Amino acid sequence: MYAVEVNKLVKQYRRRRKDGVTIKPALDGVSLTVAPGECVAILGQYGSGKSTLVRILSTLLLPDDGEARVFGHDVVREDRAVRRLVTRVSVEASFFKRMSAAENLSYAARFYGLAPRQTRTLVPQILERVGFPDQRSHEPMQNLSRGMQQKVALARALLTAPTLLLLDEPTTGLDPRSKREVQAFINQMQAEHDTTVLLCTHDMDEARALAQRVGILHSGRLLALDTAERIELMYDAEDLEEAFLTATGKALGEDFEEEGERV
Amino acid sequence: MSTVRLQFVGLWGVVERNIYLVKRYAVWEVAWLLWTIANTLTIVFIAKGVQAAGVHIDLQLETLTLLIGAVIWSYLGLVFQVITETVAWERWEGTIEYTFMAPLSRAVHLSGMGLFGVIYGLARTGVLFLAVAAFVGVHFHQANFITAVVVLAIGSISFVGIGMMTAVLPLISPEKGAQLGLVAQGLMLVVSGVYYPVSVLPEWMRWIATISPATYALKAVRDGILHSASLGSEWPDIWPLLVLGVVTIPLGLLTFRAGERYAKRTGKLKRSG
Repeated sequence: MYAVEVNKLVKQYRRRRKDGVTIKPALDGVSLTVAPGECVAILGQYGSGKSTLVRILSTLLLPDDGEARVFGHDVVREDRAVRRLVTRVSVEASFFKRMSAAENLSYAARFYGLAPRQTRTLVPQILERVGFPDQRSHEPMQNLSRGMQQKVALARALLTAPTLLLLDEPTTGLDPRSKREVQAFINQMQAEHDTTVLLCTHDMDEARALAQRVGILHSGRLLALDTAERIELMYDAEDLEEAFLTATGKALGEDFEEEGERV
Repeated sequence: MSTVRLQFVGLWGVVERNIYLVKRYAVWEVAWLLWTIANTLTIVFIAKGVQAAGVHIDLQLETLTLLIGAVIWSYLGLVFQVITETVAWERWEGTIEYTFMAPLSRAVHLSGMGLFGVIYGLARTGVLFLAVAAFVGVHFHQANFITAVVVLAIGSISFVGIGMMTAVLPLISPEKGAQLGLVAQGLMLVVSGVYYPVSVLPEWMRWIATISPATYALKAVRDGILHSASLGSEWPDIWPLLVLGVVTIPLGLLTFRAGERYAKRTGKLKRSG
């Protein structure tokens, strides 16, 4: 059984404009599989469909066509079973900003069935493990830096012991040191918990450092999915960046329009 | 872990989170309570105003009638507000995606918000009631508070059910949805006899009053506090509340699920709307 199995997945966003409704395909027949315990990185520009893919696998978005399964569970029909297996860390570390790290983690843990007596010891342990200083665990989140907030986001992911970790630009906007710490943590989670990771990023080095296979997503189409070395061979490129340029005709920094419905 | 236990722990998680938020916004809570007291006083003083204008009234009775109306209106507003925050506040904080992808059934999630709304509403409304009553100097020689509290608790089931229906509005319309929830609340204010008897309304509005849980809750609470009515004697108002509760909770859940499905289909279930 695959950890992730995506088959001809289609998602379109409709936008209302003066001259009528336009349809922008976010995912255009994407198919891929991820093996249990594997880390696959999906490279793509902003608006290429990466977040749409992650949001469908997180059960936050319904596909228009095709199907997606997480450990055999259909993301539409068996969404609650999928939600038990999946955790997501995105570019924004989303928390109640007035609440402390400890409070945010405690209530989040309840949603995954961890009772107060379990989290009293577990929350400080996990915060320590991600390198979060104990003396700041009762400060409001709004007082913490972006890097610190992202550490709490990772602690939240660890707390819920996910089988599938969906990472949507987890290190974007972080300073180099925080970025390295986050990447080390992802490696550690994979090694210790055999967690399957789907990493969406536009950072080539990050993709190469963390993933066993790399996919190139462009305009909602998956152009390639293989090891970094084979992709470079496939496009006769010196490195991943050149391979990406050849495949898409665009550099990663060039942005498409933002994803989302505007109807 | 059994699914039932997971859901119960999750239900407590929703309540716990809201308790943390009340603690973190404690100063604002006090400020808001003061505003609610002032607002309630402006309504309660109407009785004295009418007497001062030369109209012969039972001042104690009219003051208490207005006080009960204002306090229950405030309670209803609190329950609605808490449940509406299921979406609105989460979107503002950016936590909506994490909460909605947690393995918590939507029924338990919304019930947790409803449970907190009732606990928080009863606590705040109790303080409001005592503060205003002490200020205007009314007494409760005949009051049967057990009837009042039990009726309010039963009525809360349907308040939560209607709240679930309005909670979905910010999901459908991120910009104006929360304000639209006030429409349902305002409709109940007009028809339910909050400040005047239902009998003064046009016939078609009186018909709407029969399907508003606030109508029965207000009447039974007033009977308990003003006329020392027992729970048994209020059965004619309690059974419609139970029926409305049985109808509105599943209807609220179905409405919310339909709205959630629409938001997931159109991509509106996200932090930025």
